[in-house]
Amino acid sequence: MNILVCVSKTPDTTAKIDFTADNKEYNEKGKQFIMNPYDEWYALVRAIELKEANGGEVTVINAGPASNDPILRKGLAIGADKAVRIDVDSRDSYHNAFQIAAYAKGKNYDLIVAGKETIDFNGSIFGSMLAELMELPFISYSSKLEYKDGTATVHRDVEGGVEIVKVSPPFVLSAAKGLAEQRIPNMRGIMMAKRKPLEVVEAVEAGERTRIQEFELPEDKGAVKMVDPEDMDELVRLLHEEAKVI
Amino acid sequence: MILVFAESKDGKFKKNAFEIALLGSQLAKERNQDCAAVVLGDHHQPSELSGYGISKIYHVNNSALNDFDDFAYRDVIAGLANELGANTVLLSHTALGKALAGRLSVRLEAACISAVKGFENTGGQLRWVKPVFSGKAFAHYEAVAEKSVVSLIPNSLSVTKAEVSPEVEEKDVEFNKSKVELVERNVVTGKVPLPEAERVVSAGRGMKGPENWDIIEELAEALNATTACSRPVADSEWRPHHEHVGQTGIAIRPNLYIAIGISGAIQHLAGVNNSKVIVVINKDSEAPFFKAADYGVCADLFDVVPKLTEAVKRFKADNG
Repeated sequence: MNILVCVSKTPDTTAKIDFTADNKEYNEKGKQFIMNPYDEWYALVRAIELKEANGGEVTVINAGPASNDPILRKGLAIGADKAVRIDVDSRDSYHNAFQIAAYAKGKNYDLIVAGKETIDFNGSIFGSMLAELMELPFISYSSKLEYKDGTATVHRDVEGGVEIVKVSPPFVLSAAKGLAEQRIPNMRGIMMAKRKPLEVVEAVEAGERTRIQEFELPEDKGAVKMVDPEDMDELVRLLHEEAKVI
Repeated sequence: MILVFAESKDGKFKKNAFEIALLGSQLAKERNQDCAAVVLGDHHQPSELSGYGISKIYHVNNSALNDFDDFAYRDVIAGLANELGANTVLLSHTALGKALAGRLSVRLEAACISAVKGFENTGGQLRWVKPVFSGKAFAHYEAVAEKSVVSLIPNSLSVTKAEVSPEVEEKDVEFNKSKVELVERNVVTGKVPLPEAERVVSAGRGMKGPENWDIIEELAEALNATTACSRPVADSEWRPHHEHVGQTGIAIRPNLYIAIGISGAIQHLAGVNNSKVIVVINKDSEAPFFKAADYGVCADLFDVVPKLTEAVKRFKADNG
């Protein structure tokens, strides 16, 4: 199976969230960046497992500047065979999907995978945009994938449970928890990653369709109001009269 | 023209259908436009959407649309949007909406702004407000295209009725199906799904084992709430995977979130920090969750949860 894994760079899960003085951009100063966890733990690892079982090749791809190369190197260290970076400042999900679709068209990938969302913009739209641009089927929020005799059986998470679907490659899939278990790159993987190819390709012309005008932080909640454990009637009263939720 | 897609299940509207209709009618009023709704598949009563500000309901009454298929739903919604000249299509940010919004926006050559909690009109410029960084901030989005596809996080608006009685028109729209075959659906029935629940009672490792969940179920029942759990609980298979809320599970924003025996790791908070009111019950006064809570009770959960259930029952008895 030839598999393309789309990976994003995001601030670390525990990074402080603050913005530039004009509130227009995330303040990157002093922050740690990581590969988006859903891309790394689930999409990439399941792709590598499928390759190990069925043969083929795993390519990790990112549309971004050279400062994103460490994310791609990590993908190679975990077990991808090659990496591609489309040299562009990604502007929004559409711009990103358009760049990756332009690269992937005609390359006959059996499967294109990405995480269910990124932990910075939480959009969950990249996969279905890419699928539409590529004119391929799309399975969202996949928590299990088995591949046998040319057919994939996939669990997709829905409200209150799962739906089980069958689909034949090629298709696009977004990965959720359960699809695979996180792999920590070992020293051999890290050394081998240095010798694997990281190709930089030129971007195609494309515009963005959305723009962020401003970021804001939520209002401070104020201090927690502690309630006497012996007086649960008081808690119910507060939830009814003050919070108005019951 | 604004077109809202009202989701149904088993021939009935889901709760988010009324919410998306209300959002559509609010936006229509703001822009002095009309708002129509589209309903897909067998349906008992499409006119139930009456009273949420919709001026017309299009019912594509074809049982081939009963189950979600992203190609077919794209074809029908985009086809109708084009026919009506709609410049905005609104969906709910549900499992279905997440699978469809991006695809639909590409087909319509529209901007796609997903998972919003509402809009604001700043000097004639419409901005969509969307939680970002896993609920730790908000971003104000503008569309840079003539058309927009926007999805609303369930439970973002409180639904109230208004007096409008829309006409229901049966409509045929052509569609193709995808090559994805649904073979089995394994979903709990008879419970309010977590993302739509107004009240959620959630429990963590402090419960010590799955055999102790009775007290959680009883509190949830008294409050008419849906149950949820933390990641370690789902990973240990004490509770089903679909109950797991948090960064890797599902993100929810109920009116009331009661966290019992959950320490409040940053990954858990990422899934629940947009809840309107948070109550934390934990015997560890240093539990980080207390910092994110509105109300806290520092006590042994096995002692205090049954007392809270009794107090809720007394309250309900006194207040009818």
